[in-house]
Amino acid sequence: MADLHFSDAEPTASERRAVLAALSVDEASDGAVVVSHPRVVRAGMQRRKQMRHLLLPALHALQREAGWISPGGLNFVGRTLGVPPAEAYGVATFYEMFRTEAPAHELSVRHVCVDPICALAGAAPLAEHLRSQGHAVHEGPCLGQCERAPAVFIQGRREPDRVPADGSGPDSLLVSVTASAPEAPSLLRHMIGRDPGHNESMSMEAYRERGGGTALDTALRLGTDEVIAQVTTAGLSGRGGAAFPTGIKWRAVADGEGPKHVVANIDESEPGTFKDRLLCELEPLAIIESIAVAGLTVGAEHGWIYIRGEYPLATQRLRHAIAQAHSAGWLGDDAAGSGQPFDIELRRGAGAYICGEETALFNSLEGFRGEPRNKPPFPTTHGLFGRPTVVNNPETLLNVNEILRIGPEAYRSVGTDGSPGTKLFCLSGHVGRPGLYEAPFGIPLGELLGLAGGVQGTLAAVLLGGAAGSFVGPDAGGLQLSLEDTRAAGTTLGSGPVMVFNDTADMSAVVERLAKFFRDESCGQCVPCRVGTVRQHELVTQIRRTGRSTEPQRELLGDIADAMGDASICGLGHTAASAVLSAMRLGLLGDGQL
Amino acid sequence: MFGLGGGTCSYQEITETDVILLWGSNAREAHPIFFHHLLRGLDSGAVMYAVDPRRTSSAEFADVWLGLDVGTDIALSNTVAREIIAQGMHNQSFIDHATTGFDAYAASVEPFTLEEGERLTGVPAEAIAEMAHRYATADRAQILWTLGITEHHTAVENVLSLCNLALLTGHVGRRGSGLVPLRGQNNVQGGGDMGALPDRLPGFQLLTDPEVRARYESTWGCELNPVPGKHLTAMFDAMEDGELRALYVIGENPADSEANVAHARKLLDGLDLLVVQDISLTRTARMADVVLPAAAGWSSSEGTVTSSERRVQRVRAAVPPQGDARDDVHIISDLASHMGAQWTATSAQELWDEMRSLSPLHGGMSWERLEASGGLQWPCPHDDHPGTEFLHGWLWEPGLDGHAPAPFSTVVHRPPAEALSEQFPLRLTTGRVLDSYNTGAQSAGYSSPIRSGDAIEINPADAADLGVVEGDIVRVSSPRGSVDMRVHVTDRLPTGLVFTTFHFPELVDANLLTNDAWDVRSGTAEFKAASVRIDPLPPATAAAGGVSGTAVAGRASGTAAAGGAGG
Repeated sequence: MADLHFSDAEPTASERRAVLAALSVDEASDGAVVVSHPRVVRAGMQRRKQMRHLLLPALHALQREAGWISPGGLNFVGRTLGVPPAEAYGVATFYEMFRTEAPAHELSVRHVCVDPICALAGAAPLAEHLRSQGHAVHEGPCLGQCERAPAVFIQGRREPDRVPADGSGPDSLLVSVTASAPEAPSLLRHMIGRDPGHNESMSMEAYRERGGGTALDTALRLGTDEVIAQVTTAGLSGRGGAAFPTGIKWRAVADGEGPKHVVANIDESEPGTFKDRLLCELEPLAIIESIAVAGLTVGAEHGWIYIRGEYPLATQRLRHAIAQAHSAGWLGDDAAGSGQPFDIELRRGAGAYICGEETALFNSLEGFRGEPRNKPPFPTTHGLFGRPTVVNNPETLLNVNEILRIGPEAYRSVGTDGSPGTKLFCLSGHVGRPGLYEAPFGIPLGELLGLAGGVQGTLAAVLLGGAAGSFVGPDAGGLQLSLEDTRAAGTTLGSGPVMVFNDTADMSAVVERLAKFFRDESCGQCVPCRVGTVRQHELVTQIRRTGRSTEPQRELLGDIADAMGDASICGLGHTAASAVLSAMRLGLLGDGQL
Repeated sequence: MFGLGGGTCSYQEITETDVILLWGSNAREAHPIFFHHLLRGLDSGAVMYAVDPRRTSSAEFADVWLGLDVGTDIALSNTVAREIIAQGMHNQSFIDHATTGFDAYAASVEPFTLEEGERLTGVPAEAIAEMAHRYATADRAQILWTLGITEHHTAVENVLSLCNLALLTGHVGRRGSGLVPLRGQNNVQGGGDMGALPDRLPGFQLLTDPEVRARYESTWGCELNPVPGKHLTAMFDAMEDGELRALYVIGENPADSEANVAHARKLLDGLDLLVVQDISLTRTARMADVVLPAAAGWSSSEGTVTSSERRVQRVRAAVPPQGDARDDVHIISDLASHMGAQWTATSAQELWDEMRSLSPLHGGMSWERLEASGGLQWPCPHDDHPGTEFLHGWLWEPGLDGHAPAPFSTVVHRPPAEALSEQFPLRLTTGRVLDSYNTGAQSAGYSSPIRSGDAIEINPADAADLGVVEGDIVRVSSPRGSVDMRVHVTDRLPTGLVFTTFHFPELVDANLLTNDAWDVRSGTAEFKAASVRIDPLPPATAAAGGVSGTAVAGRASGTAAAGGAGG
């Protein structure tokens, strides 16, 4: 290996087998260095570059097999893929789900979420209980199951990962305001009331009977320009939080030179958010169809799904859906009869909030640490592997299916002028019926809470937009939940989480946990965020201890917020102070002074 | 090539090219600065084929390594040419426009089918075909080479065979395409440019041309001997014949660096007068009647250096010379005055201005321009000329800009001068490693964390056959001498080939083994191909003896003949 120096540590036979099986790689013929003849060796930088994206799947395989990323296993992966050992170690240590120290046990690991909603629901006693039963427990950040808190995810050791609540607990609640009107957009229309555990309903036939496949047919009939025109006319904007106009993004990528990529960003890790998980679990073929629509519209050959590692059921169902889509001819060299090649590859994340940021996601997919890139250049010109890339989350993509189904005018018949269509809201915490709610943009907050059975007890605060969002007080019931109204009110919808806290919640503990969350999840690449999130957490801890804030503390918090907002590379740093500052303003932390 | 001794391309171009043939060069270690430029090319997507008997650290960066037998470069290049022609991938319009001799050349390579190429070189036919196709069909492609091509008794023919490939495909005279011999140190190019060749004056002007000579004579105010001098190898022949009795050596260490070095030492010993001017007391200096301590050029001289891309750059003295050491220019000027000449121009700038008034290649490179630009590439004939990024653009101009067409050269494959035999069944080749220069005059005095000393590298299968393991001391013998060396077992060599460096001649006299058969046209000895035998030593001998060398007296029968041209 060119200029690579490995330690003497060797992999075990089982580690070697696990890695090769996971990569579908034959060591002798497919590695970074291939001796095809005593006088001919194939290697080189292009080959290494082409293999690098297999690093994350290889590390998953090692972790599952051995319970950690052993030095020998890491050496083997590095040699096979031509990755420098220091870089491979840097990637392995980046993720919550990977361990680089030998575990003292042979057990699968139970991850217990300790973020605000699960903490309120008794995560700490649950973790204690599981430990007392002899389980290996890891307390960590949000697992995307806030509607059924407290959340547990089991990371398998020599067994598949699983979520105990899948298939055992009651089904998650789905409600849609628009589902009853066929001419209105509704993402949840066919998901509500269906038995998600029933395999039949996951088949291509059943999906077609529900009207599946028509979006793809329509997209191919209309062609690139008309599809993008309809998406633009409909006023669709990204549902991940940044609300970038989807039509502009697609146009830019359609105009770029190939090879091009489409990435479905299913790395929703914002505390309080679980919508994409449910979409993928309940209607995986619709996700695949929508990715194919995006790919064939912008002329991309490669589709990618990057999904949270903590979503085993959604992962399994998406894989099954990809296989069905192949059988149905949607994917392949002549995708859906378009004459264009298009295929989809699924990759699992490994527990890193930052990888939901699109450029961090690209780096993670490519086999590097999930650190965001500077923008510009933007993904539309320099995305995955440096190529023009559409990156959208499932909610956004499914909205395109709806636009193609009912047309842009009907699509605009709900929502506001500035925010057409519907939004998925993830309600959790102290409401009567936590779950996934679809409502037109602009629905007043109080009405949405009413849909969910109202607040349990006396409302103290609502956290809109998750950790990266901000708190609103009990007087915000009239706040219209549109992009423009929340912006005007100095808050945000983010990706749609609505976390409800009544007056029994220790709000200062909630705020401290949010500050700790950012401290843990900052990738450490840029100084304002790396240092700022730590200092912010320290200050919040001090203020919480004393119950009041001093003028210098408030001034420092403001300075930190300004520095992170102005100088961080990505959205994590830009938003890391907003929940804390809003909590200070509302008196949820300290004595209400700001 | 084509009359100018320099690479046709600039460093920038290697970062923008599409296909690279790295042929007989371990640039990763021997030309590490250039290799950084090359790595940028690879990072930008260039495909590299490394042609080398060893899988060197450079070859590890190649998309494909082709491990040919030592001394079969012409067989391989002729096979590549034949395949390109057979597939119709040659650039016929360029050939018609800019070259002569294609038909004869095509006929000469016709016997080199892929199968014949595989038989002669040991490289599988498919790999040869792949390299031929990629090179021929690339938008931009370069061939880079160094001593793996030139340290053979067929040195010039090896180079010409690579030039043929460029002419065949039109990969020369265009930006990004070209022929690039890499220079081993920062100013090897400058030495040749300044006339350190037996038959040339500065700027590669022929000494034998009366008009050229007249210009120099009028500037220098003296008459010049019109008879070309001798290159190094021919000098040793002249010593042997008793014709050459006194030698003035500047910055060279032939008592260590010559092939068949035992014989070279004997000849140096027999001289009437040996004067050595060097920055360190080399083995040659220790044999000298007079030693003139010189200042190190890189730290204590004013002047210029010229890189492999023909770029002339200013170099400035940072510290005064140590002890009695003096600048080379001052030593030579003083010698001149002792001989009765009165040289007035002795500052670096004065000398430079005189030189560029005589060498058209450098005419436009004023001291001020060199200072301001950070370096200019020759040819730069006049003050407004920007310098030349790549050479031979005229090949693509209408009417060739008045030049004669470039000739194809018919070259014949000849195996190494010294065939393997029952007595000496292994092929020995030599080379350099990253942290050492040549005989170590500039590098052996410093410690290095990656230095392991001169060892004999050997394939695991051969090591097993001989019953030796890593670290054993063995006796390596060629028809010229024997050296005891430590064994290093590595799969970077094919079976039948062994390799060593020659950086620590005081410890391991590797050049006792090498063959001084040489190319009559370049004067380069065949360092790259000797025949040797390896004998395990009984443990007691090895423990007591360490490493040492003994020479067989007398000179190996070479292919030497008088004369020869440099460049």
